[in-house]
Amino acid sequence: MIEVENLTKRYGETTVVDRVSFTVERGSIAVIVGTSGSGKSTLLRMINRLVEPTSGRVLIDGRDTRGDPAHLLRRRIGYVIQGYGLFPHRTVAQNIATVPRLLGWDARRIEARVRELLEVFSLDPASYADALPHQLSGGQQQRVGVARALAAEPAVLLMDEPFGALDPIIRTKAQDDLRGIQQRFGTTVLLVTHDMDEAFRLGDRVAVMSAGQLLQYDRPAALLTRPAAEFVSRMTGLADRALRLLSLVTAGEAALPGPSDGPAVAPTISLREALSELLWSGADSARVVDADGTVRGRLTVATILARGRP
Amino acid sequence: MPRAATVLRLAAFALLVSFLVAPQRFAPLFAPLTQYGAPPIYDQGNLLTLALAQLGTVCVAAAASSLVAVGLGILVTRPSGARFLPLSRTLVNIGQTFPPVAVLAVAVPLVGFGERPTLIALFAYGLLPIFENTLVGLRTVPPAVLEAASGMGMSARQRLLTVELPLAAPLILEGIRLSLVLNVGTATIGSTVAAKGLGEVIIAGLLSSNTAFILQGGLVTGLMAILLYDFLAALERRMLRHVTLD
Amino acid sequence: MSEAQPGTLAVGGAGITRIDPLGAVLVAAGAAALLFLPFVVFKSNRIVPGDPRTLVQVLPAWGALGCAALLALAAAAALWVANARARLALALLALAAVALAAAAAGDALTPPGDRVVRVAPGGAFWVVLVCLGLLGTDATTRLRPGPGLRVLMLAASLAVVGLALAHGVFDHLSIMREYAVNAVRFAREARQHLKLAFGSLAAAALVGLPLGVLCHRAPRLRPGVLTTLNVIQTIPAIALFGILMAPLGALAAAVPLADRLGIRGIGAAPAVVALFLYSLLPIVANTVAGLKRVSRAAVDAAHGMGMTSWQVLTQVELLLALPVILTGVRVVLVQNIGMVTIAALIGGGGLGAFVFQGIGQTAIDLVLLGAIPIVTLAFSAALILDALVEVLDRVKA
Repeated sequence: MIEVENLTKRYGETTVVDRVSFTVERGSIAVIVGTSGSGKSTLLRMINRLVEPTSGRVLIDGRDTRGDPAHLLRRRIGYVIQGYGLFPHRTVAQNIATVPRLLGWDARRIEARVRELLEVFSLDPASYADALPHQLSGGQQQRVGVARALAAEPAVLLMDEPFGALDPIIRTKAQDDLRGIQQRFGTTVLLVTHDMDEAFRLGDRVAVMSAGQLLQYDRPAALLTRPAAEFVSRMTGLADRALRLLSLVTAGEAALPGPSDGPAVAPTISLREALSELLWSGADSARVVDADGTVRGRLTVATILARGRP
Repeated sequence: MPRAATVLRLAAFALLVSFLVAPQRFAPLFAPLTQYGAPPIYDQGNLLTLALAQLGTVCVAAAASSLVAVGLGILVTRPSGARFLPLSRTLVNIGQTFPPVAVLAVAVPLVGFGERPTLIALFAYGLLPIFENTLVGLRTVPPAVLEAASGMGMSARQRLLTVELPLAAPLILEGIRLSLVLNVGTATIGSTVAAKGLGEVIIAGLLSSNTAFILQGGLVTGLMAILLYDFLAALERRMLRHVTLD
Repeated sequence: MSEAQPGTLAVGGAGITRIDPLGAVLVAAGAAALLFLPFVVFKSNRIVPGDPRTLVQVLPAWGALGCAALLALAAAAALWVANARARLALALLALAAVALAAAAAGDALTPPGDRVVRVAPGGAFWVVLVCLGLLGTDATTRLRPGPGLRVLMLAASLAVVGLALAHGVFDHLSIMREYAVNAVRFAREARQHLKLAFGSLAAAALVGLPLGVLCHRAPRLRPGVLTTLNVIQTIPAIALFGILMAPLGALAAAVPLADRLGIRGIGAAPAVVALFLYSLLPIVANTVAGLKRVSRAAVDAAHGMGMTSWQVLTQVELLLALPVILTGVRVVLVQNIGMVTIAALIGGGGLGAFVFQGIGQTAIDLVLLGAIPIVTLAFSAALILDALVEVLDRVKA
C-alpha cells in the first residue's frame, strides 16, 4: 500500500508537483497519466526518493519513507525505467541478482530466485542466464528489467514508461504479462505513462496529472463517465469515449443467459472487441464460450450498446 | 589476429631479449658503424640492467600518474567535486604543454639528480591521456544504467565501484597504456641528469661520435616501446573479458 | 531570495557562501610557504650557497605592509568570494605585488653598482606565485572566455611582463643578472630556437599535408604509412638526433655544397631532420582524420557545381578539414618547441643551451633563463592555435 500525502516539489520558483495526495491499495495497479511536463515522472521518483520532496510525505505499508537512508529504502522497492538500464558488463543472471546480493541473500537462495524469475518471464535459464544484455532483443531486455526489479520480492514496484521502447505488437503482450505477474506476486504497482490506452488496459485506478496537479484519481470508467475536469475528458478522448467504456467490460461480465447461433467469442475479450466481431460477421448475437467449451451465455448488439453509455 | 603479426611479435621479442642478454654476439653487426676501432657494443654498463632500470622508472611514474589521474577523474565527476573540473582540465593540459626537459631541469635543483627529477617529469607528462580518458569513460556510462543503479538501492560508492568504474575501465586502461608507452621514449632524457637508463648509452654515443652506441640505445628503446604497447593491448583484452564473468 | 544552503554564514541579511575548498588549500599552502620558506635568497656571489631572507626582512615597513595587505585580500577572496571576476582581479593584483616585492628585495639587497651579488627568489616566492597563479587560472577558466578574449589576455600579460623587464624592474634578481651577462647569446639562441621549431614545422606541413591527402585518397597506403610514422615516434628524440648525425656527416663530406648550406653532421641539421620526421605523424594522421570527417554531401555538391578535383580539394575539403589539421599543427608546434631544447645537446643551439649549461653548473638561474622562455613559448603557441581552432569550428557550424 502506498499513501502519498501532499507531496510537493519546487525548483526555485517553479512548482513541478503540487500537493498531490492519493492512495494505492495493496496488490493493485495504479497508473499515472499525463502529458510531458505534467510532473508524473518527478512524482514517481519522489516515492523512492531519487528526488527529495520539498514537502509532503510518502508512507509505504504504514512506514514513512524518510525513516531509512535513501539507498536502503530503494532496495525494498522495485524500479523499472524506460531504457531499463541493464548493466552491460554483467550477465542476465548477475543483473537479476543485483539487489538480492546487496541485501546479502545466500548464494543458493539467489540462484533459486533467478531461476524462478527467468522461468516466469519465459526466458529459458539454460540459454539466457549467462547471456549479456546486448545479445537480447528489446522485448527480452524489457522482461529482464522487470525481473531484476522483482528479484528481492519487493512489496512495491515503480515503473516509468516501461513499455515505451517496445513495438506495438510486443507492447500489448508485455502489458498483459505484467498483469499476470502482478497477480502472481501480489505486488503493488505504480506505473507512469503518457499512453491512455495503456492506462485503461492496466490500471485498477488511474491518476490524471496536468501541470503538477492531480486532476482525478478514479477507476477508469469513472474518468469517462464522471470526468472531474475538461482536461480529463480531453485526455481520455471525447470522440470514442463510448468505445473506451466498452473496452473496460469483458464479454464474460456482460453475457446474458440465452442461446445464440452467432460466432463464438471468449469471455475474456472486451465488449469493444466483441462488438467489432459482431459487426464484421453481420450476426445479431454472439455465443460466449470458454476455452474448454462451456457456454457462458450470449451477447447481443443491443446488450453491448447499452453498456456503452454512462 | 593474423598469424604473421604474432610471429613478428615473438621474433621481435626474441631479438630484443637476446641482444640485451648477450650483446657481444651482435658486435659484428655494429662494427661497420664505428670509427677508429671504437667499441661496437656499449661497454660502460650492462645493457640489460639499464633497460630494466628505464622500464622501472617508467612503471613507477605510470603508477603514480594513474593513481592521481584516475583519482582526480573520479573526484571531478562527483557532484561534490564538479567545482574542480575546469581547473583540473587546465592544469593537466598545462602539464602536457610543459616540455619534459624543462620540467626535468627545474626539478633538479629541488630534488637533486638521478631518478627523482625524471620521475617528476614523467609523472607530469603522463597525466593528460589518463585523466582525459577517465573523464570520457565515466561520463559516457549510459544514464539509464546510472539511474537504474541508484534506483535499485546502490550507495554512491557501490555504484562507482561496481558499475561506473568497470564500464569506464576499457578507456582508462587505454589511457594508461598510451601514457606508459609515450614515457618509455621520454625517459631517455633522464640520462641527462644521471638517471639510470638507455639514455646514457645514447649520450655516450653522442659524446664520442659512436653511431653504434646511439643506434643501440635508440633501437632498444624503440623496440621496448613497441613491444610494451602490444603486450599491454593484449593484456587489456584479456582483462576486460574477465570483467563480465566476475 | 533562494533558501540558505547548509553551511552558510548569514551576516546582516546577505549570505556569505561557505569556504571554497580550493581556496582553502591554496591559502594554507601559501601561508605555510611564507612562514617557513625564504622569500628571497641572498648570495654574495654566484658560487656560495645562499642566505635565506623573509619578506619582512627585505622590504621597508610600508612595502611589506602593502604586499601583505594585498596577499590577505587575495586570500580572503580565495576563501569566501564566489564571484570569478573579483577573484581574478585580486589574484592579478597580488601577483603584481609579490613580483614587485621580489624586485624591490633585489634592489634593496644589492649594493649600488655591484655586479657580483646574487638575489634569487626563494621557495616562498615560487609557492605563492604558483598559488596565486592557480587562483587566477581557476577564476579565468570559470569565466570561460572566448577564443579572442583568451588571446587578448595572453597578449596583455606578455606585454605587461615585457614592459616590466624592458624597464629594468627586475634587473637585480639573479635570473636577470644571468641574462645581462648572456644577453647577446640569449638573443641568438632564442632566434635559433624559433627557427628550428618553426622551420621543422613548415617542412613537415609541406610534406605531411600532401602525404595526408594521398593517404586519404588511397586507403591502402594508410596502414603502411601510419605504422612507419608510429614506429618513428617510438624512437627517443636524442637517439634520432644522434642516428641522423652519421648520414648527414657523410653527406656533408661527399657533397661540398651541402656543407656550405649548413647541412652538417653536427649542429642544427640533424635536429631539423629529426623534428621533421617526428612532426609527420600528427600532421598526416590529422589530415586523414579531418578529410574523413568532411561530409560527402558537401563534396558531391561541389563536384556537381562543376569544380575540378583540385578545386574541390583546396576550396572545400581542406577548408572543412582545417580545424582538425590545425589541431595536429598545434600538437607538432608544442612538441617541437620542447624538443628543440634537446637539440642543444648535439650543438644545434636554441634555448636548451642555457638549460643544459645550468644543469652542468648546478646554476638554477641559467636553467630558468632557458626554461621560462621555452615554457612561455609552448604555452602561447598552444593557446593561440587552440583559439584559432575554436574560431574555425564555430565558423564551420
